[in-house]
Amino acid sequence: MAEIHLKSLAHSYDTTANPPEYAIRQMDHIWHDGGAFALLGPSGCGKSTLLNIISGLLKPSEGDVLFDGVRVNDIPPQDRNIAQVFQFPVVYDTMSVFDNLAFPLRNMGAGVAKINSKVTEIAAILELTDVLNKKAANLTADEKQKVSMGRGLVRDDVSAILFDEPLTVIDPQLKWKLRRKLKQIHERFKTTMVYVTHDQLEASTFADKIALMYGGQVVQFGTPRELFEQPNHTFVGYFIGSPGMNFLEVKRCKEGVCFGDIAFPLSAAEKKALQHSTSNNLKLGIRPEFVHVWDKPNSQAQQANVEFVEDLGTYKIVSLTLGGVSIKARLQEDQKIPLQSAYISFPEQWLMLYIDEFLVEKENDDE
Amino acid sequence: MNKPHSNKAWFLVLPVFILVAFSAIVPLMTVVNYSLQDIFDVSTRYFVGTEWYREILNDSRLQDSLVRQFIFSGSVLLIEIPLGIGVALMMPKSGKWSVISLLVLALPLLVPLNVVGTIWQIFGRADIGLFGWALNAIGIDYNYAANPIDAWLTVLLMDVWHWTSLVALLSFSGLRAIPDAYYQAASIDRASAWAVFRYIQLPKLKSVLLIGVLLRFMDSFMIYTEPFVLTGGGPGNSTTFLSQALTKMAVGQFDIGPAGAFSIIYFLIILLVSWLFYTAMTHSDNK
Repeated sequence: MAEIHLKSLAHSYDTTANPPEYAIRQMDHIWHDGGAFALLGPSGCGKSTLLNIISGLLKPSEGDVLFDGVRVNDIPPQDRNIAQVFQFPVVYDTMSVFDNLAFPLRNMGAGVAKINSKVTEIAAILELTDVLNKKAANLTADEKQKVSMGRGLVRDDVSAILFDEPLTVIDPQLKWKLRRKLKQIHERFKTTMVYVTHDQLEASTFADKIALMYGGQVVQFGTPRELFEQPNHTFVGYFIGSPGMNFLEVKRCKEGVCFGDIAFPLSAAEKKALQHSTSNNLKLGIRPEFVHVWDKPNSQAQQANVEFVEDLGTYKIVSLTLGGVSIKARLQEDQKIPLQSAYISFPEQWLMLYIDEFLVEKENDDE
Repeated sequence: MNKPHSNKAWFLVLPVFILVAFSAIVPLMTVVNYSLQDIFDVSTRYFVGTEWYREILNDSRLQDSLVRQFIFSGSVLLIEIPLGIGVALMMPKSGKWSVISLLVLALPLLVPLNVVGTIWQIFGRADIGLFGWALNAIGIDYNYAANPIDAWLTVLLMDVWHWTSLVALLSFSGLRAIPDAYYQAASIDRASAWAVFRYIQLPKLKSVLLIGVLLRFMDSFMIYTEPFVLTGGGPGNSTTFLSQALTKMAVGQFDIGPAGAFSIIYFLIILLVSWLFYTAMTHSDNK
């Protein structure tokens, strides 16, 4: 088990390019010992690159990778004591499941007694006991994926297990089962686990903390709840949630910020930040879950046009337009929705101010 | 379920059937015909049953060439398959040098068979051939025209030169098709280079190697042109393989009946051995 520290890390696949194109832009990041983490982001954001740098399959072009404070940049994958589960299940086809699980131990020169007890133990945990004598080539995709994970678990010295979108080829009904298995394994072994995915549901069910990557950088590292309630970058707001956060482009005005004629008051900390900044790239964000929809006018609500309603069974998504901007609201299944115009209001505590795409804290801890 | 049934579909199969009939079935039946009769002229022919077959199977010269043929095809497979895999493993995986080595490997495959024979006939001569001259110069008494062992080795070397490329190219394409994740997983599992070859590369190469083994077996079992040009089957009969013995009998001596029986047996041997290879190599999948 180990803490993984990425120190001033950056990576470019083509270091001769001018200007250099970075797959990973300079970052500092710490994966704490024994945690279950998800690395979430859209395709091409650099998450697989980052994973391969941790496992040692790729050498970072700048910065250091530290395992428990020891620099491992020049240590090849086989000596880093990590295990990796790939997108497509990797098993040794011609070997039996038992031999697959025993393979890393045999390569390390472990004794027969140890191999037998360890393989039996791990097979029991992964529910592979019944297929131990089967040839790995004849397993189903989820069993193969368990075998490739098992090859990491049989080793006592594994400091971290890395998952690279491991559920991509698994049938939907088995995904849930396998994800729960992963969680159980983490609780039992307390190994540091890093799980790469582009699926926010997968990330939030597996991980204690999620690192959201965008454009080669970790833009937010927090619990699933923090990412939902306090997205610190507009991309986090947009990417997390279904549908993503609503954004209103606003201007400075006497009361704080205004969207057309509508003024939004700001907290003291927000006002201060606004004064310090000269940027005109100002946005207000609110989650569709927090938008209030009324069918009659009231003092705080604004009139908006109802464009369409999507009924998703357990909830409804209402698309509205307010001052030419599309706003989505997520409503309970039983709430009545006005046909053409509705009145919407934005509770102040859920309105987030973004200057240059970054969140401004509502309360300043320094004062 | 009740599916609409129409026999018109048979008309669509008809062109293929006619093509196959004229290219394979009719010629084969003609040979069967010859092998069962003693023909003097168009009107004078006698049905002889299995007589020609019995004669052929008891002919010691043919038995000798059959043994020779099996030794030759066996040696070809034992040398070319491992060598081809080895070459493919050592080839550069991408970039300019990969393209260049692919081109160089493809060259022998483009040389016509009789030219291959001629090249080696000259190459192996002690007076003007580089290979023969060099061997004699370092004190090896090499003469493929007089010494049966030398003739054998030359024919074998020629075949290896000509066809190892095929196995190498097939293996190379098979190796390229292995996803990187396998090598990465193996390196994380601390697999040795031998284990990577034994448990990843070789199993993944199985399907292309099956094609390679079958092609090389069939081709080498039917080899004719190259030894015919190089040694003419000699010295003595030492490099007379089955197809050359057959040609001698059918075209040289005009023994159509025995030659027909010979052809059928020859055909059945190739079919049987190919089937054995195929079953042996695919059987392990179904366990």
